[in-house]
Amino acid sequence: MTQLQLDILDDLLKRTKKAGADSADAMLMSSKSSNFECRNGKVETSTRSENITLGLRAFVGHRSSIVSTAEFGDDVINSLIDRAVATAKMAPEDPYTGIMPTVAVADHDEVDLDLYDNSELTVDASFEMAKAAETAALEVAGVTKSGGCGSNSSNGVVAVATTNGFLKSYQFSSFGIGGSMVAGDGTEMETDFDFRQMHHLADLPDPAEIGRSAGLRAAKAVGGRPIKTCKVPVVYDPRVSGGLVDHFASAINGMAVVRGTSFLKEMMGKQVFASEIQIIDDQAMKRGPGSRPFDGEGMQSRRLELVENGTLQSWLLDGATARQLGLETTASARRSPSAPPGPGSSNLYMAAGSVSPEELIADIEYGFYATGMIGEGINPITGDYSRGANGFLIEKGELTKPVKGVTIAGNLKDMFGRLIPANDLEFIHATNAPTVRIDEMMVAGE
Amino acid sequence: MNLERQAFEGWSEREEISRKVDTVLNGADDGELYMQKSQSEAMSFVDGRLNTSSFNTDQGFGLRTVCGEQVGYGHSNEFSESALDRAADAASVAKKGVSGTWDVSPARSNKQLYTQDNPIDLVPFETKAKLLEQVNAYARAKDPRVVQVQTGINASWSDIEILRAGGERFHDIRPMVQFRVQVVMAENERHESGMSGSGGRFSYDRYLDEEIWQAEVEEAIRMASVNLTSKPAPAGVLDVVLGSGWPGVMLHEAVGHGLEGDAIRKGMSAFCGKMGEQVAAKGVTIVDQGDMDDLRGSLSIDDEGTPSERTVLIEDGILTGLMQDRQNARLMGKKPTGNGRRQSYAHLPMPRMTNTYMENGTSEPAEILKSVEDGIYAVNFGGGQVDITSGNFVFSCTEAYRVRNGEQQEAIKGATLIGNGPEAMRRVSMIGNDSALDAGIAVCGKSGQSVPVCVGQPTLRMDQITVGGTN
Repeated sequence: MTQLQLDILDDLLKRTKKAGADSADAMLMSSKSSNFECRNGKVETSTRSENITLGLRAFVGHRSSIVSTAEFGDDVINSLIDRAVATAKMAPEDPYTGIMPTVAVADHDEVDLDLYDNSELTVDASFEMAKAAETAALEVAGVTKSGGCGSNSSNGVVAVATTNGFLKSYQFSSFGIGGSMVAGDGTEMETDFDFRQMHHLADLPDPAEIGRSAGLRAAKAVGGRPIKTCKVPVVYDPRVSGGLVDHFASAINGMAVVRGTSFLKEMMGKQVFASEIQIIDDQAMKRGPGSRPFDGEGMQSRRLELVENGTLQSWLLDGATARQLGLETTASARRSPSAPPGPGSSNLYMAAGSVSPEELIADIEYGFYATGMIGEGINPITGDYSRGANGFLIEKGELTKPVKGVTIAGNLKDMFGRLIPANDLEFIHATNAPTVRIDEMMVAGE
Repeated sequence: MNLERQAFEGWSEREEISRKVDTVLNGADDGELYMQKSQSEAMSFVDGRLNTSSFNTDQGFGLRTVCGEQVGYGHSNEFSESALDRAADAASVAKKGVSGTWDVSPARSNKQLYTQDNPIDLVPFETKAKLLEQVNAYARAKDPRVVQVQTGINASWSDIEILRAGGERFHDIRPMVQFRVQVVMAENERHESGMSGSGGRFSYDRYLDEEIWQAEVEEAIRMASVNLTSKPAPAGVLDVVLGSGWPGVMLHEAVGHGLEGDAIRKGMSAFCGKMGEQVAAKGVTIVDQGDMDDLRGSLSIDDEGTPSERTVLIEDGILTGLMQDRQNARLMGKKPTGNGRRQSYAHLPMPRMTNTYMENGTSEPAEILKSVEDGIYAVNFGGGQVDITSGNFVFSCTEAYRVRNGEQQEAIKGATLIGNGPEAMRRVSMIGNDSALDAGIAVCGKSGQSVPVCVGQPTLRMDQITVGGTN
């Protein structure tokens, strides 16, 4: 199938040049997926989907325009090519736009990141997986209802081409299992979930384990109450600590840096975190959920040391933001067929620290352990942070009662400076972090 | 191109297509072939230049069968018989081991709430590019503290057709435009932003009117100026006054999602079992109304063919109604309310809000502010989120003030407010007479699907809400 995609792109670019573009790039994504949801032991939804989308970006000098389509008739394609070229000619100039130089995109090692598993999940097998997760979840003491369990599988091809010779594709697959459970009754109901999404079927945990985890999380949360408003240490469970690393990634995104809309825009080369902290974005991690062999502009994937010993070492850049800053791209261009590239992270993580989670919490007399977040109360320009949260009260170094209905607030710049990681890093999702502790957070409750 | 695809136009009129649809739906309670062809464009002007101009076309179909609680769905963006056959296999899973009774079709409606014109091609590209250049220049000239301007417009046009068993068809054409401007302003080493935006199911015309876009720019600048003076927000429990219009995000989260039929049917909502009971303070009347002209959340018919309508969810504090799609209505023995919506052909319909708002009370807004001894006045919001099962919800303010002794005082930094839906609704102690809908910028997310909505409310006083500041 991949040769077909490459032929389509090659042909498209030739026709675009012929239509008057100086250069162009194109992306094709095709995928097939199926998704099963079961609730109370019965199929609730069974979905099968297939999708092909083609995107084309045409350049006339420093002017550009993007078109995308799910229609592939010759006349449709021709009119889209004409539209892209005509619009590019009329667009105001952008001195930083353009495709990557030939030498940059040509210089690739062939790497196999092992992102494709040809396992087939039959309808029956998918259903059995979802049912196994649900059965295990409903056996957890305190669980009163199933919110549904599901499994999914998909595979597809991503192909990227540029008029200066880049023409590559890769195959990927994805398999997932998850579920949500309700514990408690009436006005004391709580719901929680767990899920896992992997490139290889064999990398998924036992469905029962995921179901049990979702059930346990819901059951433990029942009876939660707000605590009194106080300034205390807040400990982020690995379920939510990755969110802090994502906030950091947004703040070092080249787009925010060139627009001056990041609270870290003046911090390159400076201490942002404590000196024991390392943050890495590994685009080429084998089987990594965020991995890809090349980025949306055809640059080879690599490993980025974003923070070394607490010091900010690199922005996340694509071609355009790199040109504007006078730097090199970090191969962080993410794109879909219908939008221009923009920088983003891949497999992002904060390295493990040196103390265990128990040691991290041990000396906290009174504090808050966050396991869930709600809302997006972050100001990217100032770093001001205020989010809804739930979790557990920490008393004398132990997690005691469930807590809900509180907010935690601070400023990310100060929070990063005080953050202490534990040693329990696990690679589960595209962004991962160990348990982390941040002192002197304002927790608002009763 | 080597991909063999058939055209959207006239596809479902082929006899072999409607025959296949009839076969799949035979033995089911409900279902349809949903076909969609859409166009969209996005233009954004940032950092002094046009940095995105995109035009997308999409098309595809979704074939659905519904049997009791089971749903089978297959979708593809390839209009071909083989794609339909593959979708039919997937859709038929719902019929396994059950047999249904074909449900009565949606009532016919001739109402057309918005233009059928495609906004994208009505205004030339150069005019739109020039508009954004002017917005940028105007903002920078208006206030020397403006250091960044991000402005953009986008539009879409979607043609949908629903084919039910027996060749019954329903059709709708849905336009949408949106304008937005955000400014970043700097003063004494501080940076703050302000934004304004609006939109709806109409054409770009109004944004070519200087007065309209200049007012949007001025609003963004006003908001950023206010935020440059903001002090840390308080932390703790306070009385809160919410402004009219966009702060209706609070209602959308606190009440709306919990009153969608699927949440109640599955026993997942904090409002379960409360029909007919007092769930909000007296005087609180909340409505979902999809049949209003030109609004972002409006629909002539929903994505199952049901005409949209006015549904009273809460009347004078008493829970009276739910928002339903066809499946949940049938399973609950209720009528569909025109709330069966989907993001696109690639998504299953489910109960969703349209334009959801609280009706007027009797208090003057100034009187409400005056009544607060120690609290905050929240005028503009970012977004919100809810956990429908526990009822906990949050919303984040982007423009707010401290109120002391009935007086609006210093601006405070954005903070998240948190509450519990059923509890918060009982804490509404004053309702203004200035109900308004938001200007047309809201997007509602649920189970991975985004749909446009409107929110609205009058000025409200809510007693004892947790404010998540740092002070």
